[in-house]
Amino acid sequence: MTYDAVIVGAGHNGLVTASYLARAGMKVCVVEKNDWIGGAAVSRELYPGFTYSNCSYVSSLFRPEIMRDLELPKHGLQILPYEGGAVFQEGGGYLGMFRDHDANRREFARHSKRDAEAYDIYARDVLRFCRFIRPMLLRTPPDPSSFRPRDLAELMWLGRQMGALSEEMRARMVQFWTMSIADFLDQYFESPVIKGYLAVSAIIGTALGPMSPGSAYVLLHHYMGDVDGNVGAWGFARGGMGSITRALTASLKAAGGEVRTGQGVEKILVQSGRAVGVVLANGDEVRGKRVISNMDVKRTFLKHVDEAELPDDFVKRVKAFKIRGSSGKLNIALDSTPVFPALPEGAPNIRGDLHFTDSIEKMERGYDDWKNGRFSRDPFQDVMIPTMIDPTMTPPGKHFMSSFVQYAPPKIEGRDWTDADRDAFRDTCLNQIETYSPGFKDRVLHVEVRTPRELEAEVGLTEGNIFQGELTFDQLLFNRPVPGYAQYRSPIRDLWICGSSTHPGGGVMGAPGRNAAAEMLREAGAKGGMRDAYAVL
Amino acid sequence: MPTPSSEVLVIGGGVNGLACAARLAAKGRKVTLLEASEVVGGGAGEREFAPGYHAPALAHLTQGLDTRVVEAMALDRHGLAFHPALATTVLSGEAESLTVRGGKTSGVDAAAWEALHRKLSAFARVLAPLRQMRPVRLAGENRLFGLARQGLGIRALGKDDFRELLRMVLINVHDVAEDELSDDRLKGLLAFDATLGAWLGPRSPNSLILYLDRLARGADPLLPKGGMGALAVAMGKAAAAAGVEVRTGSAVEKIVVEGDRAVGVRLEGGEVVRVGLVVSAMNPRTTLHQLVGAAALDAGFFKATGHVRMRGAAAKLHLALRGTPDFRGADLKSRIVIAPSSEAVERAFNPVKYGEVPELPVMEVILPSAHDPGLAPAGHHVLTAIVQYAPHAPKAGLEAARAEMLENTLNVLEQHSPGLRSLVVQAELLMPQDIEARFGMVGGNWHHGELAVEQMLFNRPTFAAAQYSTPLPGLWLAGAGSHPGGGINGAAGWNAAGAILEAKA
Repeated sequence: MTYDAVIVGAGHNGLVTASYLARAGMKVCVVEKNDWIGGAAVSRELYPGFTYSNCSYVSSLFRPEIMRDLELPKHGLQILPYEGGAVFQEGGGYLGMFRDHDANRREFARHSKRDAEAYDIYARDVLRFCRFIRPMLLRTPPDPSSFRPRDLAELMWLGRQMGALSEEMRARMVQFWTMSIADFLDQYFESPVIKGYLAVSAIIGTALGPMSPGSAYVLLHHYMGDVDGNVGAWGFARGGMGSITRALTASLKAAGGEVRTGQGVEKILVQSGRAVGVVLANGDEVRGKRVISNMDVKRTFLKHVDEAELPDDFVKRVKAFKIRGSSGKLNIALDSTPVFPALPEGAPNIRGDLHFTDSIEKMERGYDDWKNGRFSRDPFQDVMIPTMIDPTMTPPGKHFMSSFVQYAPPKIEGRDWTDADRDAFRDTCLNQIETYSPGFKDRVLHVEVRTPRELEAEVGLTEGNIFQGELTFDQLLFNRPVPGYAQYRSPIRDLWICGSSTHPGGGVMGAPGRNAAAEMLREAGAKGGMRDAYAVL
Repeated sequence: MPTPSSEVLVIGGGVNGLACAARLAAKGRKVTLLEASEVVGGGAGEREFAPGYHAPALAHLTQGLDTRVVEAMALDRHGLAFHPALATTVLSGEAESLTVRGGKTSGVDAAAWEALHRKLSAFARVLAPLRQMRPVRLAGENRLFGLARQGLGIRALGKDDFRELLRMVLINVHDVAEDELSDDRLKGLLAFDATLGAWLGPRSPNSLILYLDRLARGADPLLPKGGMGALAVAMGKAAAAAGVEVRTGSAVEKIVVEGDRAVGVRLEGGEVVRVGLVVSAMNPRTTLHQLVGAAALDAGFFKATGHVRMRGAAAKLHLALRGTPDFRGADLKSRIVIAPSSEAVERAFNPVKYGEVPELPVMEVILPSAHDPGLAPAGHHVLTAIVQYAPHAPKAGLEAARAEMLENTLNVLEQHSPGLRSLVVQAELLMPQDIEARFGMVGGNWHHGELAVEQMLFNRPTFAAAQYSTPLPGLWLAGAGSHPGGGINGAAGWNAAGAILEAKA
């Protein structure tokens, strides 16, 4: 049989696209190489009784529009907001972080009265920038080189968005988008630990340091989400991040869609310049009127499409697409609750993000190591214990700890990672935690270590880049992934891309998947109850 | 009775102050130019740093003066002439050196370099007119004709190049080098030239645009005949010929504000000069924070000018040499660049972020005495170098950092020119703090405010002062701290004069 759409990869974006298409009445089939679904939004039992969110580990950016459209809560998805966290300082102090603005402000005042006051202005300014950019997430980027009415209209829409701001605000926004987070924070704050805490969101998943221009935008990328309408809030998916893709799959199946696991794609079939299906690793063919790749742009076009089918310029650009991994991940099973002596007894902060990097300088030095082809000797870790809030993932009294680690390069001094490198990386991270939580290592039952090597091998993220491509302006908006192909289409007819390599990028947002579906439905003339991507908000 | 606004006072006799004063005077304004030191020129002057050895005060080349300045001031008639454009010699540790003239070079990357140079030059050409305009406004107040022409000019690159420009405009220069080139020497040169004078490494996003700006200023590095001092002399003469009254040795202590308006200045020594307009070609922060002061300014504006980033990261080396150095046979009349690779440039930048001194700095070396033998005793030479990167606020303190920087710099030079150290009669290294002390460049940044995307155009030096006027009536800015920045070019001063003339017309 011939499907209306064959989707390659059961990551969250692939499933989002598939669900929207299925709801519009298309016959869709998702093929996934792994024996499980989820891509990087996945939960797996890798130690008996313990469920790990072993890639992405928190949720905020997932678009609420998609939750509503695809009825994900009905299919079992629940996001549990969490409270702040703490930065542990060298020498025994700490900075607490709270979801509540005023609580945060009081805590800031403990470190700097001036910074506590500046925090009000800072929060107001950042929220303004967020509000400006949020509506762009669910819109297809216009092609500024095109004179088509649709692109011109969209450019005018952007112009009108700018027009709603004062001239000074426009100038400040341009400045914010292009500057480094370190410089931006210097305009407000003096305390190194406060700056170190606030800079974190600007480097997560990015091959930039906090002193790199453009990093302030990355901060926004992590701030523009929300949990139940609370802008900037983050939460855990109950049962692990895999709950998101499980709910998406349930929603897809309810709409008549199909998911096949353990069926890796070998090649995307192209006939007379059109994509007509895929050939699986086992030799079977799955035919479809259109093929949609949830794989990153490099993997899609350099590994699964015959180069002869593609224009030279396009291949050159795809080859030059920057997708350097910058992070690793430790998934840890704990026998008991770790203790952080710096925190007051019973402090709620242990239920949130725990950091051990108390200044921007330390973060930047970590980045210098990455540039030199080494993992950071004193890495930044974002440690979380989801089971403090969600007890469904481990046996009672035990815990799952997730540590997101930065920076880890795709190659070690130009060569591939070895198991010895991986173990050294693990020990560096565990020792850092041990420093701030004596006895921590004795509580460890099992550790799964994921360097860029493992992320590429298992999840299929080229070079282990968690966003399927770096978030710098040359790869954002109409430049993402490649100028001229930012509207989810490719040079091959009926071959589409819907992963985070496309606008607006990664972070378990689902927006690329939704935007891609909207473009396809628009082209097919089958709206299926879905509003045009240009008019979502 | 207020002084008529046709009486103008320009503070600061550097290239921009001179250009601004000359243009205003040529249009009939009564202009007085005040310069604190005994000669005009600022960063473009010349100094005898050791008996018999003359070195450029700071800048040792120009990437091209603004053509409007050269023509309207008739600088050639006032004695300015240039040596033939300098070729660039890129030194490498082991490999042979490489000669580069614009898009021409040799080796494996000859074709790739030419193609890249052609592409980037095309981008620079369409962006260049922005340098000569007042900063674009993000509002309906632009002179639409000029802007529309500008927009069409950029789109006229054609669809593919237009897209390519939009992709590359904020990219980092390291990735461009990696994508387009394979020869480390050329990668190093591209990375070095893009970040020269900036507080950025080649891997920092937004670094390529600085290279485009450099190309937009002029294609080739130029050296005035007789040394950089000759440029300052010619501009001083031209300004005087245009009717500017030049008063050297006149340091301004305060800008006098009366009734919320700048009405003149008080000089060191107490003399008060009253005028209609005060134009400062000095550093914008020094102007507003020290000469004007918080009391006369809006609090938000005062704070914003405090946030302008002014980190200098270049040191300047002057060597008096007994004899002729040998850079493994390199043409001594060329611009010699020691930047073995893009990574080497980045590694030289890393420590500066933390206030430390790099072990292996990268540098641009000029021998002014190879062009003008009169600058050194017969048979001797003057070597000058811009050495990157140097911390603007060294953790170890200025003295220790300067000594370390000098030592590391001489070591690198010795490596590329064996025996050079034994020729040194006298060495002088100016750290960013020394440059600040000597030239009033805050942080030692020679653009009087980092030239970085977030401090360009309508954000230079700050939003409220980006059109050369300031929120304080009667006070204008005309220095490198304003659009389009410095670099011995004169465009900022010339544009500022245009804005002043327009406002009064």
